[in-house]
Amino acid sequence: MEGRKLRNMFGSSAETEAKEQSAAEKAQGQMARDVSVTATTTEAPTAAPDRRAKTLVATSVDLYYGDFHAVEDVSMTIEPNKVTALIGSSGCGKTTFLRSLNRMHELTLGASVKGGITLDGEDIYHRGVDPVQVRRLIGMVFQQPNPFPTMSIYDNVAAGLNLNSGRTSKSTKDEVVERSLRGAHLWDEVKDRLGKPGSGLSGGQQQRLCIARAIAVEPEVLLMDEPCSALDPVATLAIEDLIGELKSKYTIAIVTHNMQQAARASDNTAFFNLEESGKPGRLVEIGATETIFTKPTQKATEDYVSGRFG
Amino acid sequence: MSAPPPPDFSGLDPELATEAAGVGGRGTLLGSSASSGLLPGWAPYGVFAAALAFCAAVLAALGIFTIALMLVFGAVVAVFGIYAWSRAVEGSRRAKDRAITMAIVAAFGVAMAPLISLLYEVIKRGVPGLSAEFFTEDARGKISGGGAEHAIVGTLVITGIAVAISVPIGLMAAIYMNEYGTGKLRRALTFFVDVMTGIPSIVAGLFAYALFEIFFGPGIRMGVMGSVALSVLMIPIVIRASEEVLKIVPNHLREASYALGTPKWKTISKIVLPTAFAGLVTAVMIATARIIGETAPLLVTTGVVDSLNTDPFGGRMQNLAVYAFNEYRSPGIDKAASYDRAWAAALTLIAIVMILNVIARLVYRRYKTEIR
Repeated sequence: MEGRKLRNMFGSSAETEAKEQSAAEKAQGQMARDVSVTATTTEAPTAAPDRRAKTLVATSVDLYYGDFHAVEDVSMTIEPNKVTALIGSSGCGKTTFLRSLNRMHELTLGASVKGGITLDGEDIYHRGVDPVQVRRLIGMVFQQPNPFPTMSIYDNVAAGLNLNSGRTSKSTKDEVVERSLRGAHLWDEVKDRLGKPGSGLSGGQQQRLCIARAIAVEPEVLLMDEPCSALDPVATLAIEDLIGELKSKYTIAIVTHNMQQAARASDNTAFFNLEESGKPGRLVEIGATETIFTKPTQKATEDYVSGRFG
Repeated sequence: MSAPPPPDFSGLDPELATEAAGVGGRGTLLGSSASSGLLPGWAPYGVFAAALAFCAAVLAALGIFTIALMLVFGAVVAVFGIYAWSRAVEGSRRAKDRAITMAIVAAFGVAMAPLISLLYEVIKRGVPGLSAEFFTEDARGKISGGGAEHAIVGTLVITGIAVAISVPIGLMAAIYMNEYGTGKLRRALTFFVDVMTGIPSIVAGLFAYALFEIFFGPGIRMGVMGSVALSVLMIPIVIRASEEVLKIVPNHLREASYALGTPKWKTISKIVLPTAFAGLVTAVMIATARIIGETAPLLVTTGVVDSLNTDPFGGRMQNLAVYAFNEYRSPGIDKAASYDRAWAAALTLIAIVMILNVIARLVYRRYKTEIR
């Protein structure tokens, strides 16, 4: 898994290969610097990663819906094997930005992107890159639990394999399904009814089923768009615990409106803000979660996290 | 959910409380009903029956009694009757409620009446024409007697081919319009599909005739020509109905699929279509039921014939609608028997449509998915 490349994202000409190599090396160096910067500020103990996931770097990203400028000039690094929380008031572009990270943004009619986003140094918006391939490496969990209603629990988890990997043997599938459901802490609850429809589960279970479905294809990065907003506190806690464990394998970015959640579950926090309605949302600051919540550098951040507005 | 506690108006000043308690209120809920009373539970039925009886008597006295007139006038009289009675006993708010309820139920009844009357009439007149002979023999060389086997088989063959042509085209067009089409082209297509839904069926028949005439010369008649004509009528219906079904497949399912790295075509074929399956079957059934009884386009394309023909490319082919028309237009020596056969053909046609509908219902129930 370590050596997995986006190779089939590109044409296989020698030139692009070389470019890809050098870009990747550059990003490694860049990454190393970033880590050394943040390492000093991150005090929260983090579990040793089981595998090093990939780094997402956004550089001067501008996002549009037709003429509407939704997000302006966002640059940030989403570090591997860490949880990065995106917070901010409604309509400030957090979700839009998150959706641009795996090229879901462009599925909206008229949506467009400027700037660059790289995954371990490889430009995911490169002309030769197939967005389908990007989404295989960067999975997503949505606000509303959305298991496929025509499929059983088993088939929901195996959906990524069934849809995308051609023929997979039954035993491999069984293994992937069990591993993913265990990874999502759902196995014990559903192992006796894998053939039942996924829509028969409770909301929290459905959301964990969606997480299992997302990790079954072994992405590098997992994007979560307010995964707990439709859930009760108990289910929310279960998902937060799960997020804490998943970061040993994946890079995680999570949009949340719940500041306690950001404080509890994330390593880094990025604060987005909207100066006034009609203007594009901007990234105000990003840093270690503790720093953002205790001694942020920006006045707006302090006001927001202390509950003075938003 | 427990019922909310009864509102307590005792704390309000008397004038307000009267208003809050409603019609004729005394300030308490019990007081209001005790003072103004209630109509008995049978009141609406009683009023309706009385209204019917009254109208029947009046119409009979005028010498113009028919069941239809009695129902229509009876409904109107019943609406006014229940209003007057309720107003006298229960007050104006309840009276309005009762009058509107009566009007709505009566409107439903008036809408159902022709349907029931039609079914009754077709069954009454169609059953005498049914016999084993009707289903197993054609009418070749019969001066009187003979069956409609050739017409039943023809209907099934012609409609079957029409469905086979229309469903793939219609479904793919609907997928294009809902999943791919954008902007002007999509709007133009929607417009033309709507226009196509409204073309007179004889035009479709003439179109198919003209098309085949180019290749086979004038006077050509074939079963498949009828199928082409019916397809022209059926495709727009399939498109419209399936488009509506595809529209209600929630977008978050498509996004969930894309987020797994699934290409668009697979998302459509493996997620969207299965989710919409039950609705699509219904859409196709509605469209089939709509065209199976077409007469005019088949008269000019498949022609009239007395013998069984199962080859859609082999000349004239009979079908039930044209058969019924023909039995009526040019009856045999025993006219009554011909008319019976015409009604029996109509009954058979309705039965086929009903069987198709029942199948559609069963499929729908078996495969319907809960869409949130």
